Amino acid sequence: MITGFAALYIFILAAFVGYEVIGRVPVILHTPLMSGSNFVHGIVIVGAMVALGAADTTPERIIGFLAVLLGTINAVGGYAVTERMLEMFKSSKDRDAAKGGGDA
Amino acid sequence: MRSDLIQLSYLAAAVLFILGLKGMSSPRTARRGIMWAGVGMLVAVLATFFSPHLSNYLLMFVAIAVGGGIAYVAARKVAMTDMPQMVAIYNGMGGGAAALIAANEFLHFGGSGLTMGASFAVLGAVGALIGAISFSGSMIAFAKLQGIIKKSFLFPGQNVINLVVLAGAVALGAFVILQHTGHLGGPVGPTLGLFFALALLYGVLMTLPIGGADMPVVISLYNALTGLAVGFEGYVLGNAALIVAGIVVGAAGTLLTQLMAKAMNRSIGNVLFAGFGAKGGQELTGAVEGSMKEMAPDDAAISMAFGQKVIIVPGYGMAVAQAQHKVWELAKLLQEKGVQVKFAIHPVAGRMPGHMNVLLAEAGVPYDLIYDLDEINGEFPTADAALVIGANDVVNPAARDDPGSPIYGMPILDVDKAQTVLVVKRGRGAGFAGIENKLFYADNTRMVYGDAQDVVGKLIAGVKKV
Repeated sequence: MITGFAALYIFILAAFVGYEVIGRVPVILHTPLMSGSNFVHGIVIVGAMVALGAADTTPERIIGFLAVLLGTINAVGGYAVTERMLEMFKSSKDRDAAKGGGDA
Repeated sequence: MRSDLIQLSYLAAAVLFILGLKGMSSPRTARRGIMWAGVGMLVAVLATFFSPHLSNYLLMFVAIAVGGGIAYVAARKVAMTDMPQMVAIYNGMGGGAAALIAANEFLHFGGSGLTMGASFAVLGAVGALIGAISFSGSMIAFAKLQGIIKKSFLFPGQNVINLVVLAGAVALGAFVILQHTGHLGGPVGPTLGLFFALALLYGVLMTLPIGGADMPVVISLYNALTGLAVGFEGYVLGNAALIVAGIVVGAAGTLLTQLMAKAMNRSIGNVLFAGFGAKGGQELTGAVEGSMKEMAPDDAAISMAFGQKVIIVPGYGMAVAQAQHKVWELAKLLQEKGVQVKFAIHPVAGRMPGHMNVLLAEAGVPYDLIYDLDEINGEFPTADAALVIGANDVVNPAARDDPGSPIYGMPILDVDKAQTVLVVKRGRGAGFAGIENKLFYADNTRMVYGDAQDVVGKLIAGVKKV
């Protein structure tokens, strides 16, 4: 288990990482980044699996099942939507390269 | 040994998530970024299957298969214009999952008669509160953007009622904590149920009065809240991957929310606690001089085709009319005529920051033709024409020079400085925020009325004739 000050350190350092990592993001990527970070908190699926895995009564199983279900929707949907958005980001250079030289 | 490997996998996942988010903050590496994050998720999920003392595997597989199937199909089928509400709904699911994990932990401990450590009970309850609010709030945000809920619900004393509900939820949360740390007796189930009911109700009440224009800020806020909830539940479960990923998203999401609110010249508190236009005091009618001058699409096409430089400013009207493909076709035609074409995008054009970029990218516009407000604003005086398609408040000069205007101080695109301003607009009414726009009455402005898709089609035909 991670407890006490070790946990506090992780919390604080992770918060700084989060703040720094997107500090210089251009506006063009705001929506994809929001969608991407939405995917990242889909990690909740792992917690849901652990909770369901430890469930030993019917109410716990129902709640655990729902948690895994919602967590999966978050992760899978978040990934698919982000990927779809980012698929479309190409510069005119990429496009010309794809055309094999191109007319610019 | 086995648990060491699992911990190592979680560490790898956390590193991949951070690298992925970093990658996603530059257009060149963005696609690689989401793939890194995806690999991280896969590693973490696979490792979890090998956790010791796990049961209910069948239920787990069914939940993953059903949830994954639904989410994948929905995400693939939805139109690009509907992306913001999809982000809202997936985000809500994550918040809901975090709240359910908390419920499960409380029931687990309550049922076995054990007490929880104080820090676990507190963070579990806080995560549950935040997660539940994010869940129901995101659902309302989805319903509003999807047009299922059309009105903003405003009534006197709303903030007081909301505050009472929130206070009630917090008090019940404290009760839950005291019960689970052994300081209070009594049945655990009803307290827990009531606690969740009030938290969910607060999410609904908090989101209902917020207007559609502010929804991006709210969705971003809920995204950050879900991240925090996930991080807190990660602490309760003793899972480092959840803590790191959740808190990183919580911090990044908070920053993103601030950036968005700032671009609209509003504080987050203002967005949340005062419905837009609810003040309603500043009436601007009669303050506008001059008249709107209409122009036929053919004439508008000619004025662009014979120019040196045209700057296109898309707004929500373009998204609604699904006109982005036609707009790009028009831009290409103009380029063939030797006109330099640039796209100028306001940070909050559309329903989310970057919403317009995504739509233009979908249509095939290369991102190096697309410019931010700061990059392009100096160029409007040298442009022969600015073509405004379905944008209104983000080009309203009142934000620059009318201190009485509700949007005063918001940075705007200075389209009025272009030689000619062509405004494609559906009708004569005011914009989303209900504010009269002086730009439409300016001497160098010409209005081209009609649905963006139709008008741009006519502009294309017009340019072809030149």
